[in-house]
Amino acid sequence: MSERSYAGPPDYRAVSRHGVFPDVSHDEAARFNFLAHLNRHLATEVLPGVKRAYDSRVLPKLTAELGRAPAHRREVRAAMRDEPIYQLWSALRRATMEQRQQAGRALVLRQLGELNARAAALNANADTLKLDLELKLPRYIEGVDHHLMPGSYHTEVVADDVSAAANYDAGIFATTGGGLGRLNDGAGAALVSWLSQHAADFKPARILDLGAGLGHNTLPIAALFPEAQVIAVDVAAPMLRYGHARAKSLGVNNVQFVQANVESLDFPDGHFDFIYSTMFLHETSFSALPRVLAEVKRLLAPGGRSLHLEQPQYTEDMDVYEQFIRDWDAFNNNEPFWTTMHELDLPKIAQAVGHQAAEIVESGAAAVLDPQLFPAAALAPTAPLAAEDYGRKAAWYAFGTRAA
Amino acid sequence: MSVNVNQLAASKAKGKRPRYFQSAEAERTLNIAMVLAQELAVARERIDTLERLLEANGTLRRQDIDSFMPSASQAVERGEWTAAFIARVLRVVQQEIESIGEQKSLAATVEDLRQEEKLP
Repeated sequence: MSERSYAGPPDYRAVSRHGVFPDVSHDEAARFNFLAHLNRHLATEVLPGVKRAYDSRVLPKLTAELGRAPAHRREVRAAMRDEPIYQLWSALRRATMEQRQQAGRALVLRQLGELNARAAALNANADTLKLDLELKLPRYIEGVDHHLMPGSYHTEVVADDVSAAANYDAGIFATTGGGLGRLNDGAGAALVSWLSQHAADFKPARILDLGAGLGHNTLPIAALFPEAQVIAVDVAAPMLRYGHARAKSLGVNNVQFVQANVESLDFPDGHFDFIYSTMFLHETSFSALPRVLAEVKRLLAPGGRSLHLEQPQYTEDMDVYEQFIRDWDAFNNNEPFWTTMHELDLPKIAQAVGHQAAEIVESGAAAVLDPQLFPAAALAPTAPLAAEDYGRKAAWYAFGTRAA
Repeated sequence: MSVNVNQLAASKAKGKRPRYFQSAEAERTLNIAMVLAQELAVARERIDTLERLLEANGTLRRQDIDSFMPSASQAVERGEWTAAFIARVLRVVQQEIESIGEQKSLAATVEDLRQEEKLP
């Protein structure tokens, strides 16, 4: 097969190495390569078989039992539980997520002291890293190991630890098959592209990134608005230490990394011109989400904008089978709020916290594949790269507000 | 600082692991097999790297591989690699043991959170 027609995931070694990126040995990279290929195989070769089994074996039986077509993804889920091809796809997908955690943790933990020392050196005496180590974690973070990360984002193996963040950063290139780019900042890049298309004259002076994690999707916005003051907030100290060190090593100096709970922030009313989040709302909770949106409303300056990127909502237009597949992460990948978040009427919640209907923005945003990572896609940019790996695709529902 | 990397890297995430098959034994075996498949791919990739480098340099003679005798320190390095390898392969067994006496299902946690927050 020629280099130009290869459409598989890129070799892991194409990932960008910044100043706190862990050392990755030959075999550790090869382990990630296997997982990226296994994910691709499951999405393109096995998942279509699950749909065939549903259409040919499960749906006719279920329709006969119900006396109608299934009306809710819960009915589909109950009927699919005993379908052997679904069981196999689901068991294999779970295995890839667990193997990805083991692979990332093993490579990070073997160099724990060295990584923490590198982060500490980059962070020394910085007034742009503001930790609050007494911060009480919300129960929806403390109680859940999100997407099967043992210890989630916040657990520290030793004091002043960055290992949770280093593990997250090391593995995401494999999990997404390079779809988010060499710095895994595809959602930030998608926001930059969205703003250029929909708000080209928008020049925010103060910007807030909610649940920013290690700042993957903060830095593209900070680079787009180099004069702006950017605040990246997260509850997890390891993510912020690592993210701050990463930003320093990449030469980005207009971002403050602040440890706080975004349900209640210590900034004055109307402080920010642009408030956004990427893949964050689904990691809050049913009661926290309206508090987060109310806080966004309070903090937005007159003329300000907010925008949140998430995987697509389960609307009435979406087939119940697709909803069921998209809902896999809730029940198999430790995302307990995923199922509820994706059925919520977010515009209604935004109005309940005080926005006018005319201020609501619903749109879509997508990352552009890096042509160096995906030469075949670069040659035929409109052709679909492969069957969709639901929940992992670098294309999002964009929800937000703009002042009327 | 003393961290058991092999064990800690293979830690279980919170929440009872979903069951996919009728047979727990089949489930366990599949997970072991998939790690073996991964490690086979890793070894294959490494051999491929070696062959290409050695071919380029013109330095390899096959009889040198068959007659190779590791030094004491080389033998220790290899032993440590094998121990880490086995900890990876048998991760699912470690996690089954870690889950003894645990825990509600993720669905029950979802339900708990819904009830706690008075969802309809």
